[in-house]
Amino acid sequence: MTATTTPIAHGDGHAHGGGHHHTSLGLDNRKIAIWTFIGSECMLFASLISTYLIYKGRSPQGPYPHEAWTNPSTGEVMKPILDIPVTSASTFVLLMSSVAMVMALNAVQTKYEPKITTWDKIKGSSKLWLGATALLGTIFLMFQAYEFTSFIHEGLTIRTNLFGSSFFTLTGFHGAHVTVGVIWLLTLLAIDFKRGLEPKDALLVDISALYWHFVDVVWIVIFPLIYLIK
Amino acid sequence: MASHTEAHAEHEHASVATYGKIALILTIITIAEVSAYYIPAWETSSIYVPSMLTMSAFKFFLVVAYYMHLKYEHKLFKALFSGPLAIAGLTLIGLLFLFSKLVIRLGLLT
Repeated sequence: MTATTTPIAHGDGHAHGGGHHHTSLGLDNRKIAIWTFIGSECMLFASLISTYLIYKGRSPQGPYPHEAWTNPSTGEVMKPILDIPVTSASTFVLLMSSVAMVMALNAVQTKYEPKITTWDKIKGSSKLWLGATALLGTIFLMFQAYEFTSFIHEGLTIRTNLFGSSFFTLTGFHGAHVTVGVIWLLTLLAIDFKRGLEPKDALLVDISALYWHFVDVVWIVIFPLIYLIK
Repeated sequence: MASHTEAHAEHEHASVATYGKIALILTIITIAEVSAYYIPAWETSSIYVPSMLTMSAFKFFLVVAYYMHLKYEHKLFKALFSGPLAIAGLTLIGLLFLFSKLVIRLGLLT
């Protein structure tokens, strides 16, 4: 892919003065910290995904993710428990939240560039894009709450079988990360309303954006592995 | 000169137009993934799982390279991400070989 690039003046994790915590490499140590954290999170989620895949297909009793099952207490034949259309919609919502997040970072970085057209004003509004990202993240969490609630009503809890244990642990951990991300975004939004985020604050937004995109890429891996591959 | 070029590259990010193109590609791939699930000929074929993993990996790459702008970052950041990611991937594969049906599917154990 050929990508168009634009030079970014500030807040990209490199030394620009201003009293930040720079290392001997000229890199901001907060950015080194977030990348190290993301690396450790890769290993956390790999262990959770491994557990899910190892236990996949080993539950002696339903509910099952992709197969019909007979409820032992009622004798009723139940449908596969996963709701692919609903989860596809929530996946799309989370993907779009990543788009909103890059727009928020871009808006902060280019705050002092002239805004001539309506589109310039829209794409230059960090409040709009931070709010949109937090809103989309919240919608994703509402989809997850709906999914968890419907599963519990259908008889699947974290204690029901191996699928329930590994599914709720993996997706629950991911949901907890999304929740932390939404709180982080709302904090940035509050700062933006209070005093306005400026290019010198771009690193703060960049670090939260890296966390948010990581949460998105984890779902990019989880979605096909749990929901689409039988 | 090389270091100057590298430093210059580190100060570049993708443009808004590129972000839009990537959003479109991500959407198209997601539609393809979900469509594949509902197409019996594809879903039951031997290329289904590899195609899903490939599409997922490509989406992963696009988000990390452009939205997390790792493509334009210092090599230390690339190492801090790709090193643990490689360990995570190898651990996942190793655990699947040890405990799952993968070893049987590949004909290494009956």
